[in-house]
Amino acid sequence: MSLLSVENLQVHFRTPDGVNRAVDGVSFEIGSGETLAIVGESGCGKSVTSMSILRLLPEPQAQFAGAIRFEGRDLLALPDREMRKIRGNAISVVFQEPMTSLNPVLTVGRQIGETLRLHQGLDARQAEARAVEMLSLVGIPEPERRVHAYPHQMSGGMRQRVMIAIALACSPRLLIADEPTTALDVTIQAQILDLMRDLKHRVGAAIMLITHDLGVVAEVADRVMVMYAGRKVEEAAVADLFRTPRHPYTRGLMGAVPRLGVRAQGRAPGRLAEIPGMVPSLKTRIDGCVFAGRCPDAKDFCRLHAPALESKSPGHLAACHFAPKDARPA
Amino acid sequence: MLGFILRRLLATIPVMLVVGFFVFGLLSLAPGDPAAIVAGDQASPEDVQRIRASLGLDQPFLVRFGTWGGRILQGDLGTSLFTNLPVTTMIAQRIQPTLSLMLVTLAIAVSLAVPLGVVAAWRAGRLVDRCVMGFAVLGFSVPVFVVGYVLAYVFAIKLAWLPAQGYAPIEAGVRPWLASLILPATTLGCAYVALIARVTRATMLEVLQQDYVRTARAKGLGQGTVLFLHALKNAAIPIVTVIGIGIALLIGGAVVTETVFAIPGLGRLTVDAILRRDYPVIQGIVLLFSFTYVLVNLVIDLSYTLLDPRIRY
Ligand SMILES: Nc1ncnc2c1ncn2[C@@H]1O[C@H](COP(=O)(O)OP(=O)(O)OP(=O)(O)O)[C@@H](O)[C@H]1O
Ligand SMILES: [Mg+2]
Repeated sequence: MSLLSVENLQVHFRTPDGVNRAVDGVSFEIGSGETLAIVGESGCGKSVTSMSILRLLPEPQAQFAGAIRFEGRDLLALPDREMRKIRGNAISVVFQEPMTSLNPVLTVGRQIGETLRLHQGLDARQAEARAVEMLSLVGIPEPERRVHAYPHQMSGGMRQRVMIAIALACSPRLLIADEPTTALDVTIQAQILDLMRDLKHRVGAAIMLITHDLGVVAEVADRVMVMYAGRKVEEAAVADLFRTPRHPYTRGLMGAVPRLGVRAQGRAPGRLAEIPGMVPSLKTRIDGCVFAGRCPDAKDFCRLHAPALESKSPGHLAACHFAPKDARPA
Repeated sequence: MLGFILRRLLATIPVMLVVGFFVFGLLSLAPGDPAAIVAGDQASPEDVQRIRASLGLDQPFLVRFGTWGGRILQGDLGTSLFTNLPVTTMIAQRIQPTLSLMLVTLAIAVSLAVPLGVVAAWRAGRLVDRCVMGFAVLGFSVPVFVVGYVLAYVFAIKLAWLPAQGYAPIEAGVRPWLASLILPATTLGCAYVALIARVTRATMLEVLQQDYVRTARAKGLGQGTVLFLHALKNAAIPIVTVIGIGIALLIGGAVVTETVFAIPGLGRLTVDAILRRDYPVIQGIVLLFSFTYVLVNLVIDLSYTLLDPRIRY
């Protein structure tokens, strides 16, 4: 059984000007200790997918359907009390914005210790001692002093290390990292990624990594899921995806990918390529393929019939009528 | 920090000087001759002239202001024209009821308004929020004396739960003291609660949008900890500021409230002094109120350093 299994997840936002189908029928799984990367253009529903797992979206506006099974329990059906025991404990999250994600009026030691006191019942002194250990684990110098520091006394990279320390404090089974390096400059990005990879081995957590950066995907992920307009359009093991991307959207994104395993020297590693055209509005129903409007290979058929996600080769799913399929059946 | 406090204390001197100048100047311009009042109805013009000279009222304005200011610096606020008691003595006799009224009002108002504002922000747009905001509008717009008479009618006269008038000194016991203050404090606190609740709600609405509130939720913290620790602590500065500014509101309101509830405090003393044109008393009370207000604001500025580690003086 996989650690997390998301089944036909739908997240619809009720807004004054109609329903926004931010996530529309997405299914995927993450196994224990596995790293799944989620890529896709801005607004395709990556953050909404990940925030639904912790149920951190504003509830009356966000309507959920489907199931999110974590260790067998459906998180969408869990009462709030039970959900709180999972947040920050079995599943934790590192956000994109290190400058604003820490509370400016509490010391970092307190912010790390808080989860330990809450979930592991440590007292204030034990929590502080653990906070010092966590700070040194994430590579912050002079942790005994830093534990009493406030966020504004630290750089962006250090704050993101603190966020990681908070997220890992209770040894989660799943770590959600929503663009954890996007706001940092390139050298710091590399350090944070190295740190995450190192910690992954030490802590053994599964990671759900959301990123715009295919270079990061190539380095860190085991499997990749590509999202477009609230849907999953392709999923494959990382090497497979880079070798043979099946969906035209994925190929478009890869316009400027570095070779697998090679980190680009001196420049930012492979950002997603620009694809001409506009993402369709999530507020209107689309009958055919969601990508047809921008697809270089689209036929009339595509605009009328939505392609199903199907297995194009073992372990490689894509939602495209014309994606090449291996001769051998999956 | 210490330097800051010293500098701020020094800065109160010109402020108090300006306040003193206005108080003194306005009362000199007001109609009515203090000497004639002191002399009484039967006095001859010569008597009045003599009294005027003895009060120093025949001196030029600036000279009088100088003498007055000099005495104040020595802690002498002058002598009442009416009772012949030193103004400091009269203030000392009346300060306890007013101080008690202010402190009880402050305590009731803050402990009510802040949670109301927090809950209103949390449930923005829902029923609780609308009720709180509706009450806030009422609290602002209904005059103090109307609230006072309505409360006194319902809780003192109809239900007879609380005394309708008067003040029980704290020496006589805490219970009667508190009982005598609940209605006046509620009356006085209405507009204050409304003010604090509104500012709390507005500030919290903004804070609740912040990323660190999402982080706090993502840690699994309960709603109470998220709202009252992570969010409220970040909203504290505007709230504390408005609590301080609102003290001016309380000072003005105390005069009316003490009259409605027949509390023998500084507010009553002010009204009486004005009716009798007892200038030294009026000047003394106004100076005291201004000085309190200036001090309160200093304390508030200092509290910022406790509330926000990014602020250092
Ligand atoms: N609270 C909300 N209320 C209404 N709509 C929302 C809300 N949160 C997200 N959305 C909508 O959901 C869609 C998906 O947003 P999401 O944040 O998941 O994109 P993303 O893939 O993470 O993009 P990015 O790469 O820019 O972070 C967007 O159209 C967005 O407007
Ligand atoms: Mg996002």
